[in-house]
Amino acid sequence: MPNIHTLSALVKNRPRVLARVAGLFARREFNIESLAVSTTEDPAMSRMTIAVDVSGTPLEQVRKQLEKLHDVVTVMDHTDDAVVERELCLLKVEVPAEKRPEISALAEIFRGDIIDIGNGTLIVQCIGDTGKIDAFIANFREYGIIELVRTGKVLLARGHQKT
Amino acid sequence: MSDKMINGALGMLKVFEEENVDVIFGYPGGSVIPIYDKLYDSEIRDILPRHEQGAAHAADGYARSTGKVGVCMATSGPGALNLVTGLANAYMDSIPMVAITGQVKSHLVGKDSFQEADTTGVTLPITKHNYLVTNPDEFVDICREAFYLARNDRPGPILIDIPFDISLGDVAWTDRDIKRLDCYEEPKPVDDELIRRAAEMIAQAEKPILMIGGGIIASGASERLFELATKCNIGVVHTLMGKGAFPETHELSMGMPGMHGMAYAALALQNSDLMIVIGARFDDRITGDLQKFAPEAKVIHIDIDAAELDKIRPTQLAICADAGDALDKLVPACKPRDKGPWEDQLFAWRKQHPLTYSMPDEGIAPQYIVEQLYDITGGDAIVATEVGQNQMWAAQYYKLDKPRRFLSSGGLGTMGYGFPAAIGAQIGNPDALVVDIAGDGSIQMNQQELTTAVINKLPVKVIILDNGYLGMVRQWQEMFFDNRLSGVDLTGNPDFVLMAEAHGGVGLRCADPDKVRDTLQQALEVTDKPVFVDFLVSKEENVFPFIPAGKGVDDIMFD
Ligand SMILES: Cc1ncc(C[n+]2csc(CCOP(=O)(O)OP(=O)(O)O)c2C)c(N)n1
Ligand SMILES: [Mg+2]
Repeated sequence: MPNIHTLSALVKNRPRVLARVAGLFARREFNIESLAVSTTEDPAMSRMTIAVDVSGTPLEQVRKQLEKLHDVVTVMDHTDDAVVERELCLLKVEVPAEKRPEISALAEIFRGDIIDIGNGTLIVQCIGDTGKIDAFIANFREYGIIELVRTGKVLLARGHQKT
Repeated sequence: MSDKMINGALGMLKVFEEENVDVIFGYPGGSVIPIYDKLYDSEIRDILPRHEQGAAHAADGYARSTGKVGVCMATSGPGALNLVTGLANAYMDSIPMVAITGQVKSHLVGKDSFQEADTTGVTLPITKHNYLVTNPDEFVDICREAFYLARNDRPGPILIDIPFDISLGDVAWTDRDIKRLDCYEEPKPVDDELIRRAAEMIAQAEKPILMIGGGIIASGASERLFELATKCNIGVVHTLMGKGAFPETHELSMGMPGMHGMAYAALALQNSDLMIVIGARFDDRITGDLQKFAPEAKVIHIDIDAAELDKIRPTQLAICADAGDALDKLVPACKPRDKGPWEDQLFAWRKQHPLTYSMPDEGIAPQYIVEQLYDITGGDAIVATEVGQNQMWAAQYYKLDKPRRFLSSGGLGTMGYGFPAAIGAQIGNPDALVVDIAGDGSIQMNQQELTTAVINKLPVKVIILDNGYLGMVRQWQEMFFDNRLSGVDLTGNPDFVLMAEAHGGVGLRCADPDKVRDTLQQALEVTDKPVFVDFLVSKEENVFPFIPAGKGVDDIMFD
């Protein structure tokens, strides 16, 4: 059974910082579920939101090894915190013209948007937490998903709590 | 930023002077010529090894034996890559080092340029941190950070990769202000409540034992450890890395546990009800089968690296602190404790299970040679080792009463480490007696450093326990692979006496047990050049005790 925790790491915006973090996960056999890296309010810092499966390695060990990296400033585990978490998913389905309304209605249920109409294809976008994205994808399976991409989740702690 | 500018190489050497660097072990090449050009006028001594691996291990041996940061240097590409084993070795054993590597010019980086290698990429997982210098404004402070990071917190090797144009051109000079450095951290006080609980657990324990590792030595905490052990009369076992941190001749010293440790050390841990572990990390060579390892013991674990706490063995009390800082508070917090039945039991085990060996029919017993070396030198040498059986016999039979006297590749097990490490130690300790207890296989991995020792008049004594085999591997093949000896026969070894002489050193040979002492004496009398002593030892001698990998104390083999 996977046991997914989401860590938010504030890291120095330095060359190779992604390689340092990814290399640490690889060589210690920590399992990354998803990883999102972005700039922050401070140009000197980046934020990495890492969903990690801790069924093999205790979360504490992952956190402490991360904190040891010189370019990592803080690591927070937000699993039990009040947070806003979002992920974005794009998926492309094969749709004959007569089925478009059906797809459109399905996207609506997930507050998804059709953002591209091609030659018999549609690209649908959905934003939400991981559970919602999973459900979104599951519901589109029967229409034949041609391609799919998701960003991995990002999150911020609610209120004045630091992420 | 300051508006003062300085030549890059000169700025780096000025930081070295601030850091009291007195020697660099380095090998030149195109990309570090600007640095060598400034070294020409510098007070800092530069030692030219004959291979960059020798430079790295020498810097490591210098660091282990002096407690200072060791510095090595190499050119870009092949030079930098030759440092790799030495860096990994230092990283595994938490040895403070700064490695300087040249890099191709900044605008050529990433273009597969001549002698370009991705040095920071390659060394990323085997250094505590590394830098590729991209901004001349940051260079001087990066040099300072490197030393700060190398020695503070859990020590380790730091690498700075310096493009040619940075060392050749001008960089910003800033005045020294360590607290301004990006990496600076205020020392954290040790939590009094945790210390109080530790003292309480120690007071309540009936069968306490201390297990100490290299962290005691790194922290310079030997004396405070001694106070704790003697105040509370707690037996002390040490890991290979902790050898010498507590005097091995002391009544409370319970030896080294683990795969080739003393049985009494293993029994002490196994039957304890409280393990107080300081600056050690539960290596698999110590614990064997974790499930069976000291099942009744509660654990107090003190380590400066939070990630070591609860990594392998769950603790009942974890204290993240420098060993010395923690002991400063723990010693006064503990009530004096008398020896009791548990200590009687410890001492009885030690009596019942001494290290033993027998004199072979043919060749000399290697253990006897180490014992005699110990006797003749009064235990007062700095002892480097190679890797294999020689290393284990050195650890078993050469007792040390002081820290920083045992230089051995613990975590990585690097054959070829000992000789260059001994060279580094001799340079850092010109008046000390430095020996390398070697195997005939290992010594050939860095024998080119004979030249370095000769040129620098270093009287390092290399005691080759010449069994004609890659002995430790042969032992495993004998015991676990039906004695199908494969790839371990060293027939065709060079003549080690001639080899030493060809380089301008002294070569001695001894095949007679009755001449061991005389031969050692003869070696010790040489004061101005290296000595190789080729001891023809019993070829099929095995190291005992032996707890096979992944087994427990119950599976210990005595012969
Ligand atoms: C660089 C390196 N290569 C291979 C090994 C594996 N290894 C461990 S011990 C050993 C044998 C060492 O032979 P020798 O130096 O003659 O020592 P002995 O065991 O005979 O005392 C080998 C090959 C190693 N530890 N390091
Ligand atoms: Mg051998």
